[in-house]
Parts: sequence; C-alpha cells; structure tokens
Amino acid sequence: MAVAAESSHIALVQAAAERRFLLSRRLLASPAVFVVGVFGILPLVIMLIYSFLVAATYGGVEWIFTTENYVSFLFQRDIFDDTLQFVPDYLQIYFRTFVLAGFTTVASLILGFPTAYFMATRPPGQRNFWVFLITLPFWTNLLIRTYAIQLIIRDEGLVNDLLKGIGLIDQPIHMIYTNFAIMLGLLYSFLPFMVLPLYTSLEKLDFRLVEAGFDLYATRGRVLRRIVIPLAKPGIIAGCILVFIPALGAYVTPLILGGGKQHMIGSLIATQFGTSRNWPFGCAQAFILMAIVMVALLVYVRSTTGKSRVAHG
Amino acid sequence: MVDAVAVEARNVSKVFGTGADAVRALDGVSVTIRENEFFTLLGPSGCGKTTLLRLIAGFELPTAGEILLEGEHVEHLPPYQRPVNTVFQNYALFPHMTVAQNIAFGLEMRNVPQADIDSTVNEMLGLVKMAGLGARRPSQLSGGQQQRVALARALANHPKVLLLDEPLSALDLKLRQGMRTELKNLQKTTGITFIFVTHDQEEALTMSDRIAVMSQGRIQQLGAPLDIYEQPVNRFVADFIGDTNFVTATIDGRAGDYVRCRCAGGLDLLASPIGGAGHGSKVTLAVRPEKIMLKPGDLGTVAQTVYVGTDTNYEVRLSDGSSISVRLQNAADGHAQFTVGDGVAVDVPAGAARMLQD
Repeated sequence: MAVAAESSHIALVQAAAERRFLLSRRLLASPAVFVVGVFGILPLVIMLIYSFLVAATYGGVEWIFTTENYVSFLFQRDIFDDTLQFVPDYLQIYFRTFVLAGFTTVASLILGFPTAYFMATRPPGQRNFWVFLITLPFWTNLLIRTYAIQLIIRDEGLVNDLLKGIGLIDQPIHMIYTNFAIMLGLLYSFLPFMVLPLYTSLEKLDFRLVEAGFDLYATRGRVLRRIVIPLAKPGIIAGCILVFIPALGAYVTPLILGGGKQHMIGSLIATQFGTSRNWPFGCAQAFILMAIVMVALLVYVRSTTGKSRVAHG
Repeated sequence: MVDAVAVEARNVSKVFGTGADAVRALDGVSVTIRENEFFTLLGPSGCGKTTLLRLIAGFELPTAGEILLEGEHVEHLPPYQRPVNTVFQNYALFPHMTVAQNIAFGLEMRNVPQADIDSTVNEMLGLVKMAGLGARRPSQLSGGQQQRVALARALANHPKVLLLDEPLSALDLKLRQGMRTELKNLQKTTGITFIFVTHDQEEALTMSDRIAVMSQGRIQQLGAPLDIYEQPVNRFVADFIGDTNFVTATIDGRAGDYVRCRCAGGLDLLASPIGGAGHGSKVTLAVRPEKIMLKPGDLGTVAQTVYVGTDTNYEVRLSDGSSISVRLQNAADGHAQFTVGDGVAVDVPAGAARMLQD
C-alpha cells in the first residue's frame, strides 16, 4: 500500500515537473517570439499590403487596390493605347545583383577556406586570438569602412599612387564606380561571415580522419577534396548563405563604391522609398527579391537533403 | 627466409617541442621486426610506443635515426608513399562514406580498376564477417563492427605491414577478448606483419610472437611473451608485466647452479646469478605470487585474503613486518586454503626468484 502510494506520488511530482519545464520553455522563448513578431513579421505584412496599393504623390499610399506594381517590374504601360511593353531594365539590375553577389560568394569562399583552415589548425589556445582578429572589422561602422575602400581605390587613391610611385603605370587604373569596386566592397564586408562558419565546422573536424586519408594513399589534394571539404560542407553552405543573401540586399556598398551609377537591388529599392517616392513599387520590389531567394533556398535544401537521404538508405 | 626483415628502426629519436618544453618521446630506439611477425609495442602511456608507430606510418618524422621498410629507407617519405596501413585507436572511419566506400578508399587512391575494387571490398567484408553491411554508414554500426571495418579498410590494400594503435581499447571486455583471437587468426591467414601498440599486458602476452616493453622512450626488453614474463631483465619490466614481489636480499653462498639469497624476514631464496653479483652483495629479486607455495608453518601469518574466482590472493606478513603476496588456486570446493590469522611457511622453488639488474 505504502509503496503504491509513494510511486503514484512520484508520478504526480514528475508530471508537475514536466509541466513546469514546458511552461518555462515557453516563457524563455517569448521575448524572441515577441521581437520576431513585432519587428519582423508585422512590417512584412504592412509591406505586402502596400505593394498592392497606389503611390501617393508625396510618399505614402492611397488605399486603392492594384497589381500595377508587380506588372511594372517587367513591363511598361503605353500612356496612349494602354498596351504592355516588355522592359528589361529592372531585370538587368536583378541580374547584375545576382552575378555580383554570386562572385562575392565564390571569392569569399576561395579566400575564406584557407583562412579558416589555418585558424582551425592552430593550437587550441591561439584560436580565439585569430577569431578575435576576424571580428575586428565589426568594431568600426560599415559606412566608414566602405569610404575607406573608396579612398584606397579611387584614381588618386593609395593603390594608384603606389603603382605610379614605383613607375608601373602612368595613368591611374580606373577602379572606383565600377562593378569591380562594388564586388571588392562586398567581399570586404562579408568575408567574416564566410570565415566564421567555415572555421566552426573545420574546428570540429577530426584531424585523425586526415591522417587516415594520408595513410590510405591519398595525396594532400585528394584528402582536401574527398575528406576535408565534404566534412566541412555544413560550414560551406552556412557561409555561402550568410554571404550571398546579405550581398543581394546590399545598399551602402553599391551606393558609395558604385557611385549610384551601378544600381543593385538594395539601392534600387531604397530609391523607391527616397527620391522616387513610390513606396508601393519599393514594397513590390522587396517582395519579388524575397520570393526569388526563398524559392532558390527551397530548391537548394530539397536537392541536398534528398541526396543525403538516398545515400543513407 | 625466416629472418626476412619487415621493418627496421636504427637509433631512432624523436623530440617534440623545442628549448625548455622539449620532450624526448623516443631516445635512440633500434629494433628489427621480422616478416609475418605479430610484434607488440607494450608500455604505459607516454612511453613512446605510439610515437614509434607514427614514425613508421609516416605521420611524424624522426628527429634522428633511420627507418627501413623491407630494406628501403622511408624516414622522409610522406605516409601516402609508404606501403603500410594503420588501424587507428578510434578507428577514424570516414563518417560521410558508407562501409564499402571506406574500404574502397585506399584502392581508389591507388587507381585500382573499379572491378578489382568491388571484388576486394566484398572479399574484405567477408574476411571481417561484415558481408552484407557494405551500404551502412559508420554511425549505424556498433563499436565492434566499426573495428572490423577499420581492419578491412587497412587490409584491403594488402600492406606490407599493418600498424595497429591500441585498436581494442575502445571495446568492452567481452568483445575485446573475442577480437584478440580474431586478430591473431587474421594475422596468420593474411601473412601480414602486424605491429600492435597496447598498454594492456594481457593483450600483449596472448597475441604476440615478440614483445618490446617500452618505457621513457626506450625499449626495456625485447623477447617472446614467455621470456618477458618469466625472465624480466629489470624492475620496470617485472613490475609492468603481471604482479611481482620485489625482495631485497644479500647473496650468501652458492647452491649448485644457484646462489643462496638471504632476505629479510627469515626467507631464503635460490636464484640464478647475474653478472656482477658476488658474495655479500645486495640484490633485488622478483618473485611472481603464483610461484610461491604456502603450507602450515610459522614463518609468517596470513594478513589478508582476496578472493578472485579461481584463485585467492594472500598477503603474508613476515616476522620483520614486511609482507609478500602469494596467489594460490582454491580448493576443489572453491574455498580458500588459508584464512586470515593462519600461520604459514613460504616455499619458493629454486630458480623461481629472478635476480634483477637494477
């Protein structure tokens, strides 16, 4: 009797503890849920609604439903006969943005991988120092760092002065306000976002597997291709996403290093809210970008998880 | 043919670090390992046994000395150019590959034709009793199965020498004992030279053709398991292999082939003399507990008994307060032959006590 009563008492206590655990878990998550809800999802809902409204003359919106903002992304309406004409201007900006972001991602992977590998192979006591160095640029504002690049690569800048000084060139190499300048700026801004996830996954890498590779007649290159890179894949994917997506939406870099002449999606959208005073069109642009990114990510995730599931089976 | 040499180390030293932090892991080790031999490097952690193995594999380069594989100098070749393979302590199986891909890896790297790779992989899976599990991932296998895959992956390359770095230490006792027999059989059937690193004396004694007992970067004694166990050359070997009583004694005269050694507590032992130990000199004797017989008497008393299944360990206190341990088989009904407080006499057969060099 006493034993049965005790065991039922224990069960009750356990159930209560479990309820408390669930409750405390929800409570702990609530600040994050609140912030994401109010500052993430709510603005998106407002933007979605605005993107189907008509622009007011001095900014803001008039509450008339229209799909014109999405149509005018690809077409221009003839003012006389109302027919639609295909205009690829915006599409070109999107295309350039994706190419620039893509190049930035590839370049930062090529530069970031050896860096991360170097960091991960330092003695454990030294690694934090290298991580600290990688995060050092974050101590200064992005705007100032971007202006610094401008000063370095402009026609009378550090690079050209130096090359002229040692007599390699007599005319300055024109770099500022080009796609190259934008890419350089993006690469500089986003390289740490590649290095850090790569470092995290390489640091976890069991280097005995590298030794096992050498032991099984794999040369350095083959160990890298067949063992290190496949095992660092989660870091590579995370790094690429962390660089590619912010690069797509970059605003400051194309503005300063592209001189406003080379638009990227980010600066294009900003223009709609600023000088163009066309909020609904800006909202529509933002949603088109978001849709493209989401579809791309979904397709990507599908393809990679599908593959590994087959391999597991 | 019998004495064909698989691996030869000549005066090999390895120093890690520099300056004040320098650690001499190997100190002028010379050893010759024969073909088809099951050779064991035995010693406590930090004795240099794993370092010697890693030098043969090529993961480390020697600070000084030469390493020869079948008569060819390899000390400066990278591991992927040496015809040896390693079974790692924690197996180091590639987690992103299947069992079959793991086994095929070395063959692929040497550009073996695909058809040959497939047949070798199947052959190896059969050899280690893993047939049908080629599509599994290492994470889906038990520790013992992972061990077998690691063996198959190394053996698939038909290496001249197989290096095993404490391969059984991660397995539980029952599995470990089974794998000992299997490893020994595998070595016999494949005819490959095995160099086996362990700190477990029982593993070393049961499997090896020859054992090198290592300590402080040097080989202390090299020989067959029986020699190592019965004739340890120094205190370290006697202490590390099995249980031993160390007794200090004074040489007191000759008795046939033996010298009479007078120990504290009224014990007389007969031991084979070693060089430099003349009449009256003080020596250390090593006596295995199981070599000593007890009978009722008055030399000492039983101070403690520990039941260990088939045997009982006795601690016998002698008249001068020193004690020796004795291991006796239990009586047929399982009971110990003596109990605490019994007066006993100690009987040690001539030659059972071994005189040590230091």
